[in-house]
Amino acid sequence: MIDFPILTLTTFLPLIGALAILMIRGDDRIVARNARATALWTSLATFVVSIFLWVGFDNSTANFQFVEKVSWIPSFGINYHMGVDGISVFFVLLSTFLTPICILASWESIQHRVKEYMIAFLVLETLMVGMFCALDFILFYIFFEAVLIPMFLIIGIWGGQRRVYAAFKFFLYTLTGSVLMLIAILAIYFETETTDVPTLLKTALDPRMQLWLWLAFFASFAVKVPMWPVHTWLPDAHVEAPTAGSVILAGVLLKMGAYGFLRFSVPILPYATEYFTPLIYTLSVIAIIYTSLVALAQEDMKKLIAYSSVAHMGFVTIGIFTLTYQGVQGAVVQMISHGFVSGALFLCVGVIYDRIHTREISRYGGLVERMPKYAVVFMVFMLASVGLPGTSGFVGEFLILVGAFKANTWVAALATTGIILGAAYMLFLYRRVVFGKLEKDDLKAILDLNPREIAIFVPLIVVTIWMGVYPAPFLEVMDASIANLIEQHKTAMNALGSVSLVGK
Amino acid sequence: MVTTADIYPVLPELILACLSMALLMYGVFRGDKAVGSVSWLAVAALVITGIAISSLPDATQTAFRGQFVVDQFARFMKWLVILGSALAVVMSMNYNEREGIKRFEFPVLILFATLGMLLMVSANDLLSLYVGLELQSLSLYVIAAFRRDSTKSSEAGLKYFVLGALSSGMLLYGASMIYGFAGTTQFEKLAALFIGPNADPGVGVIVGLVFLLAGLAFKVSAVPFHMWTPDVYEGAPTPVTAFFAVAPKIAAIALLIRVMIGPFGELFAQWQQIIIFISIASMLLGALAAIWQTNIKRLMAYSSIGHVGYALVGLAAGSEEGIRGIGVYMAIYLAMNIGTFCCILSMRRQGLLVEGISDLSGLARNHPMMAAALAIFMFSMAGIPPLAGFFGKLYVFMAAVNEGLYVLAIIGVLTSVIGAYYYLRIVKIMYFDEPLDAFDRTAGREIGVIMTVTGLFTLLFFIFPSPIVSAASKAAAVLFSAG
Repeated sequence: MIDFPILTLTTFLPLIGALAILMIRGDDRIVARNARATALWTSLATFVVSIFLWVGFDNSTANFQFVEKVSWIPSFGINYHMGVDGISVFFVLLSTFLTPICILASWESIQHRVKEYMIAFLVLETLMVGMFCALDFILFYIFFEAVLIPMFLIIGIWGGQRRVYAAFKFFLYTLTGSVLMLIAILAIYFETETTDVPTLLKTALDPRMQLWLWLAFFASFAVKVPMWPVHTWLPDAHVEAPTAGSVILAGVLLKMGAYGFLRFSVPILPYATEYFTPLIYTLSVIAIIYTSLVALAQEDMKKLIAYSSVAHMGFVTIGIFTLTYQGVQGAVVQMISHGFVSGALFLCVGVIYDRIHTREISRYGGLVERMPKYAVVFMVFMLASVGLPGTSGFVGEFLILVGAFKANTWVAALATTGIILGAAYMLFLYRRVVFGKLEKDDLKAILDLNPREIAIFVPLIVVTIWMGVYPAPFLEVMDASIANLIEQHKTAMNALGSVSLVGK
Repeated sequence: MVTTADIYPVLPELILACLSMALLMYGVFRGDKAVGSVSWLAVAALVITGIAISSLPDATQTAFRGQFVVDQFARFMKWLVILGSALAVVMSMNYNEREGIKRFEFPVLILFATLGMLLMVSANDLLSLYVGLELQSLSLYVIAAFRRDSTKSSEAGLKYFVLGALSSGMLLYGASMIYGFAGTTQFEKLAALFIGPNADPGVGVIVGLVFLLAGLAFKVSAVPFHMWTPDVYEGAPTPVTAFFAVAPKIAAIALLIRVMIGPFGELFAQWQQIIIFISIASMLLGALAAIWQTNIKRLMAYSSIGHVGYALVGLAAGSEEGIRGIGVYMAIYLAMNIGTFCCILSMRRQGLLVEGISDLSGLARNHPMMAAALAIFMFSMAGIPPLAGFFGKLYVFMAAVNEGLYVLAIIGVLTSVIGAYYYLRIVKIMYFDEPLDAFDRTAGREIGVIMTVTGLFTLLFFIFPSPIVSAASKAAAVLFSAG
């Protein structure tokens, strides 16, 4: 459509901002102020640029759009190949949307080493956006793994008490998964002579090899999602990370795993996907029920929300592997919605944590009397997390369950219990924190949301309700890509079926 | 009879030999006053040699009845060796002055060692191989013990000498067995013996080959012949350690490749399993043993053992891609190690060098740029993209996967995760821990420059990797086109 390299601009604009921040010199206070301002304006500019992706997006085609392709390592035929389709465009937007919010949320809570913090966030944004745009496997892998570096530093430097432990656990868990994926990528390269994703989407691989490759991808993506039983890094990382770190972690990084399933595992390895679907169902159902029960018993607010994330991502993986139109669509919607909602919930925790410096649920109670605005905001997101109709959470979960009923009734039935449990732990949390008697002395002087905090929450509330009430603009964009995904999967399975019949 | 045609291929080595002897004379007459000028002249001599190597024609040439060979592979590796040596000389100047070991012999010895390495890389006969190796080793033994009033340094030199002599003995023993059973020491003739369906190398040659391999494994400090490495690295003066970590290692790896792919290329099936074992053992030991180290030089020793293991993955593949991978790996390894040692050389408090990992505590607060550089090197050594170290690993694992060595590749990547732990620990100490007193800012400007350049190279390698990759490709191709 246009020759302007808009994806490259979206990806690397934050990096330019980071370089600018690097140049800032002088007195600590001035450096901090300038760093904050530069980071905010850069990320806002990036968001504005990324809006054009949506505006200029052609809904009618499943092809990749805004494609850029430059030869990078010619001896291996590896290209700098960028492009988005109806699925990935939303993740790009999600990343660019959440980053300014995160920077704004860290405005006051981050007081030391502000410069480094802002650089880390902008670099992180570049890597996240790049990862969702990458259409070359090696390029994807580089972005995918490089994300670990800034996140490791964010958790380790600005995190809480056990931050070192959490940072190492996060890093090593995810690294272990991804190196196995690297081997799989190399194996695919030698099988097909290419790492170009659009080409690979049209290439059929040997079914037996698919199984191994799928497991290697699974090792990487399952850790990232995270699926039960490799989810244990998540509660630690979330609890120790600074608020904005948790927001990005829940909002975007978790989506990287599910995006990987959707972009690579399902279309490139259709046979293995079908073969391993029961495994995914089982792990997802366990994740939903088990982590929901664990969430019920949590004393720490962040930990509770972290476990709820695992449960919600369980819905996403079920949705993807139903391989029905509604299921996949629901999974994508759920991911976007979860990006807003869980991010917002972490911000809600951050608001009171900044004031009282504890995340223990029992230390709160009766906040509604002093903080009515906060109570409303928290309620909106709490209900969106539960999946109340009219919020974005409902659309995603509903579509996923419709898809799941088509594919496997039992899975759908068991997953539904997760919604009930979800309502239980979220309402329970809300009651203990916001309602009840205002008894604690330090809470009696607590202040309600300030204008900066309201500015953070308003956009999140708007999109959450917009997606819940009128999701069509979102669904239209992803329609063609998802239909194409399902169609291609069916074609590939039919081709395999006919081959095996001929074989007999 | 030596003809003038023999002279051209060895011209760079001749130049270096003459210049080093001239510098030795100059040093002897001027005494220790001339250390500074000898050092810079030594760097100049290396640069001239490097230019001479560049001016050689691309085609493969042999000299002295096939004793000596220059090809693209030799040139690539020689550039790396010369670069490593020159940087080591530059890094040593400030250090030697502060530590009171400012002697003109130091740069001269490095020149002689470099000459030996150049001969090793170009060796085309078991005898010239040995001569080059010994010239290198003898110079290295001396500079390992260069701080002769320090027990640690003397111990390092002695240990290195005794174990090095043992390994040279094994190598010679292997060479003599090969000669005894094959009747020749020349690489081409040896290679010709093993070609063809009925060619039977015989047990004698295989046993000789194993001894030869053991000797060479010692020189590259691969497990199980690595024991000297941590002690020598710790005891030797830091610039010497930096030198040990790069130039001799690159030369020895080049030699190992040439011997294995050249004369014994047809016996791939016999030696592949040995290389696979050495590679896995080195990767594992490098990763596991480094975890408990508290001295950063010892840690670098284990790290280098691990890196040799990764490089040998490429040799285990035995393919052109594998050798190309090693070429790329060595170039990147050079940059990462030189950079890291520049950081280590800057660790000085109240005039004294400190070497504990815990001394880096909170470095990011006091010296943000140095901490950033060291963090880049550590993430790169851990193999995290987009840093250079990732590409080094990528190319060797690519070769392994291409040859179907999945188990080796999987073990390799998993040990790299274990290795990531201790590299991350350094990042953690620098960034997460509370700062100690700042280091002295006396390391010298040249150290800062080298640190910056290698840091930028490691960080930005991904933008334009083609020059190094294609140079390594050419180097690898020539080894396979001949046979």
